[in-house]
Amino acid sequence: MSRYYVNKFLYQVDRDPELLAAYKADPDGLVERWETEYGRWLGTGNRVEKTSWLSFTDEERRALVEHDYTRLFELGAHFFLTLTIFIALYNDDYETKSGPLAFQREYAVKLSHWLGKDYPTVAL
Amino acid sequence: MAELSAVLATTHHPFYLKATTAPPESRMPQADEWKRKVESYRETLTAAKPDILVMVGADHFHQFFSDNYPAFLIGKQPTYDAIFYNEEREFGIPPYVLDGHEELSGFMLQGLLDRGFDFSVSHELKLDHSIICPIITTRPDADLPVVPIYTNIFAPPLPSPKRFWQLGRAIRSIIDEYPSDLRIAAVGSGHLSLELGGPRQFGETGPDPVFDRKAIDWLAAGDIDAILENVTHESMAGAGNATHGFMDLILMMGIAGAIPASYVDELDLFHTREMYMTWYPGGDPR
Repeated sequence: MSRYYVNKFLYQVDRDPELLAAYKADPDGLVERWETEYGRWLGTGNRVEKTSWLSFTDEERRALVEHDYTRLFELGAHFFLTLTIFIALYNDDYETKSGPLAFQREYAVKLSHWLGKDYPTVAL
Repeated sequence: MAELSAVLATTHHPFYLKATTAPPESRMPQADEWKRKVESYRETLTAAKPDILVMVGADHFHQFFSDNYPAFLIGKQPTYDAIFYNEEREFGIPPYVLDGHEELSGFMLQGLLDRGFDFSVSHELKLDHSIICPIITTRPDADLPVVPIYTNIFAPPLPSPKRFWQLGRAIRSIIDEYPSDLRIAAVGSGHLSLELGGPRQFGETGPDPVFDRKAIDWLAAGDIDAILENVTHESMAGAGNATHGFMDLILMMGIAGAIPASYVDELDLFHTREMYMTWYPGGDPR
């Protein structure tokens, strides 16, 4: 498991409009592209140094490819990064169809089995 | 010596600007009341006639990431750009450019190191909404030089509530020693109970109204003992997964000292309780 690597994906894709659009249109392709063009480079801006040892587990990759924010929450991806990127992906579509905060409320309902429990840690 | 003319501790709600400038037909019902409360709060800073603002906030994974995430960081620059693409996208907050005050930043950094706070320092810091939201609400002309201080309330493990209080006390003693006749105000933003990306997000109230009531009362009374007895990382998580931003409000009370606040206001909004508090350690100028 690499919560750090999942967070790095969420962080870098959310802050780049071109990556974000690609993640919405073709999540499978973008996850693969991100690993090659971004994930395996040191930190969040280096284009010379590489990181040799980071990778997703199959479960993490599947959650990212399937836009499965419930699973990402349960895997300990950072709640702020996850919420922000999925608002970017889905808020406007939901708002047009069902009004303000419709997406955020559905998001909360999908996590409601965690009410009253200790949430999965986001600590690294 | 410099005079600490006011200390402001406020929640920051990134949708304030959008909510209060929307066309009347699409405004949320509380928008006008919200605007009135914020403008009234703004007067508490205006009355203190500050020359410099020491600003406290927390980068929300905008510039900082976990490859290198500072616990505490100060900016030391002549100028600060502000607001990131993804904040403009989500909150509709426009870009800002603020003047910095390099001399006070340098004096503050050295003073913190001398007091055992081994700060990180940035010379290319871009400010996010944790600092710009209080600029929008309390100094919308953005016409004063700032000294920005960032804390880690997001990427655990976090410094303790007691450490935030002690940091506030240290900042206060450095301001008191700053050899200048300028008037300094400290303005910091944080949260009461808050849930983001969890099952209690975006409810009809904040996730823990009982915590919010106690938190406002503790801060208003300057009751640091009650805070340190009751507030832990675990208790804050119990009140909402992003409640740790409350520690920046503790920090602000640390700058003021354990004294009652001169101005306390609040507003129950959808999914959060907003709080507006001001201390005048040197006396109320109003």
